Amino acid sequence: MSGAAPGTRPILETKAVACRFMVSAGMFRAARPLHAVNGVSLSLAKGDVLGLVGESGCGKSTLAKMLLGLVPPTAGEILYEGERMAGLDRIAIARGIQPIFQDPYSSLNPRKTIGAIIGLPLRVHRVGAAADVRRKVEAMMDLVGLARRFYGLYPSQLSGGQRQRVAIARALIMRPELVICDEPTSALDVSVQSQILNLLQDLRTELGLTYLLISHNLAVVEHMATRVAVMYLGRIVEEADTATLFATPRHPYTQALLASVLTPEPRLGLPDIGLGASFPNPLDPPPGCSFHPRCPQAMAVCRSVAPRPLADAAGRVECHLYDEAAALEEAS
Amino acid sequence: MAIESLAGIDQILEPSAGALLRRRVFGHAGFLIGLVIILAILAVALLAPVLAPYDPYDQNLSQRLINPVWFDNGSWAHPLGTDQLGRDYLSRLIYGARISLLIGTVAATISGLIGTSLGLAAGYFGGRVDMAVTFIITTRLAMPVILVALAVVALAGGSLQVVILVLGLLLWDRFAVVTRSTTMQVRALDYVAAARATGCSTLRIVLAEILPNIMNALIVVVTLEMAQAILLEAALSFLGLGVQPPLPSWGLMVAEGKEYMFFSPWVITIPGVALFTLVLAINLLGDGVRDLTAPENRS
Amino acid sequence: MSAILEVEALDVKIPLAHGILHPVRKVSFSVARGETFCIVGESGCGKSLTSLAIMDLLPKRAQRTAGRLAFAGTDLLGLAARRMEDIRGDRMAMIFQEPMTSLNPSYTVGNQLEEAFLRHRGGKRGAARERAVFLLEKVGISAAGSRLGQYPHQLSGGLRQRVMIAMALMCGPELIIADEPTTALDVTIQAQILHLLAALQREFDMGVVLITHDLGIVARVATRVAIMYAGQIVETGTVDEIFSRPLHPYTQGLLRCIPVPGRTRRGEHLGSIPGLVPNLVGEQRGCSFRNRCPHEFAACAGSNVALKSLAPERAYRCLLSPAQCATNALEAAE
Repeated sequence: MSGAAPGTRPILETKAVACRFMVSAGMFRAARPLHAVNGVSLSLAKGDVLGLVGESGCGKSTLAKMLLGLVPPTAGEILYEGERMAGLDRIAIARGIQPIFQDPYSSLNPRKTIGAIIGLPLRVHRVGAAADVRRKVEAMMDLVGLARRFYGLYPSQLSGGQRQRVAIARALIMRPELVICDEPTSALDVSVQSQILNLLQDLRTELGLTYLLISHNLAVVEHMATRVAVMYLGRIVEEADTATLFATPRHPYTQALLASVLTPEPRLGLPDIGLGASFPNPLDPPPGCSFHPRCPQAMAVCRSVAPRPLADAAGRVECHLYDEAAALEEAS
Repeated sequence: MAIESLAGIDQILEPSAGALLRRRVFGHAGFLIGLVIILAILAVALLAPVLAPYDPYDQNLSQRLINPVWFDNGSWAHPLGTDQLGRDYLSRLIYGARISLLIGTVAATISGLIGTSLGLAAGYFGGRVDMAVTFIITTRLAMPVILVALAVVALAGGSLQVVILVLGLLLWDRFAVVTRSTTMQVRALDYVAAARATGCSTLRIVLAEILPNIMNALIVVVTLEMAQAILLEAALSFLGLGVQPPLPSWGLMVAEGKEYMFFSPWVITIPGVALFTLVLAINLLGDGVRDLTAPENRS
Repeated sequence: MSAILEVEALDVKIPLAHGILHPVRKVSFSVARGETFCIVGESGCGKSLTSLAIMDLLPKRAQRTAGRLAFAGTDLLGLAARRMEDIRGDRMAMIFQEPMTSLNPSYTVGNQLEEAFLRHRGGKRGAARERAVFLLEKVGISAAGSRLGQYPHQLSGGLRQRVMIAMALMCGPELIIADEPTTALDVTIQAQILHLLAALQREFDMGVVLITHDLGIVARVATRVAIMYAGQIVETGTVDEIFSRPLHPYTQGLLRCIPVPGRTRRGEHLGSIPGLVPNLVGEQRGCSFRNRCPHEFAACAGSNVALKSLAPERAYRCLLSPAQCATNALEAAE
């Protein structure tokens, strides 16, 4: 099940969006550019769960912040419900797009009570009087599985899983359309993680939500997502629906990622990934295809020419191995 | 409408917050000592007209430099003796408490407002605002406080209002530095990003999300600056460029008594001890409040 | 293979303002050379404190007691602090989770590696440097000589963890305790580091105690496994036994919680363990898992449940019989 009927407008769309930071290299040298997000085009249809996978430094957190409207893009544009996000005011964006962050210990204001934290969006958007606010907050707490007596407690009195439920309640209380989940369960224990994932699934059906699920845990992504996009050094290198991506990954990086998932099956031993040991420096990306120093299938053309994005029925991939024009050049 | 995953999520991890707080307050010796002393001094200051046996400005030249009661020739008529103009020392000490507390609180408030605003702006906005504020802080740090204070007072005349104003306008640097660094730390946390994503205005975020979480550090700074303001006023008065006689400022009392230091040392020691006690109590109280209200201590 | 580490009835108590915290309760296990013993559990189960207790690195307030704690036959319990320092880092080494905070940012990598060697073996810096280069190359760091002069912040996470491993090996230890060594690393680096540890273990015939919460890692690298919950070991066995015939309800629950591509059905609920870990302050009566166990019955709240031994290295802590546990596992799988 991959989302809305064709022809409907996607909820969120990014067009070659980029975010470039200038990093100072010391007192006497010019600042260097860091392309955290380097031309990403995504589209999210209503009801989708788009899994965004990638390792540290690939830019997924920066992309998440851009989609929330917290960081302005330095190039390209983001369209929310067909309108340019740059032209929308923050309240309008806040009504429709909400985050759930990774760290339950730093995503809640330690000085506020649970009730105040969950109720903040209601007050900011001026929905209802005080008694109304309390009722709505308590209804939301029921929905996410928090006992009502937590209303007056502080975050430090709750466990990690309970705090994450508070974060979910806060994100959903204004019934947004799109929820950006940035590693929502990575900081939680396994037994709590499954509770939260189940909760997220139930809420998606109940409230008709669309998720962007950012995670480095491929097993979780495979379980929850309808489509998956793989990110490397600021670009999407492959995108497909979940079943296709996991069955037939095309990009060598995707293949390496999938191979390194350690499933709890004892007889299989450790996988041999075959990636080189040279780690990418986002400040100084390799020329041509940014993955070529680590790629077990790198060709000569990969070292000098960046691959073109190619789209077909199965999805999208950016790799010379699938580019006929490049193959012709290689052969000549 | 309950979701399946509701089962069994029932445990609160700790006994009630109120009980824990009471337990901790009474276990914190420094806080209690500081609190008791401050309350005592505050009570003395507020009840000065009732407590003081004499008018602190009342001179009686035939009763000059009478020794306090613990000397052989002292008497309970003047428990702390009299100063060089025959004024009852106990009464002057009591009224002096008012001046010290007034200076401490008002100067700390003024400098707190200035420094915190600058620090919040620098920490939250970063970039050029931060550069500008840092420049201002550095400029202020380059100034020798005592000399500037002396110069201003010399020009504008010494009086309680001028001294308070000068101290308030000069002592904000530590506020600004501490506020700036703590704001930058808090700014990077997820709950601030969540508040921005909720659509909160900048002012709301700064006042409701950031400020309560940097209060801890600021409390310590408030106490330090209060203490410093009190001591600075004493120093300025000692140098003759602070509060003017006949106000019973403790610093002025030390200044006026220095001529008699070798014959009647208690003239300096008594206000000196009073200053020391007040400053110590302020620091103990500040440390205690910070320890007790740290959010980690809630669970 | 004789046991390199023997732990019997290890107990850790920490006195707090409102009672005594008992985070490690009568933990017993043994590790032989050449085997990888995994201690698995979630946060708060006491696995990290167990490793710190073995290395005598507990905070001052903590009190450690044990029936027996022996390393290569030497009793560690009565050992003077100085003697323990001699063993620690030399014959017993530890690898921590966060390489950035375990490496001193003010000293070069080479300096720290050499110090580790010189502290225990003495001698000249030249010999220490040679060994450092040798080990850096062994752990897969190219251009090892030039790396010696680098500072920790100049290296990536994966490289730093390799340096940590090299540092642990400087004196040729017989036992390595690795506490979540790959949790902070990217998943592609994780596989490389685990390969490395396995290769080094084979080459140097070391015993490895690997502490983790990740059952995937356990399945792929462990020889034997102990599952910890609320300070106690609740099940032990070989890796095959634990994954194909888990007995304790907690182990069964954990295995059901994990999404496995190809096995768990997408869109359906994952298994879950409701409730929270119990408070470990004060006296504990009855089974610690009972408030979260789907098979709880009256006797579970009675006296403490003992570890039942089915075979020399196979035990579990539950009042249910093995047959009942097996049936429960089958029912849950449907």
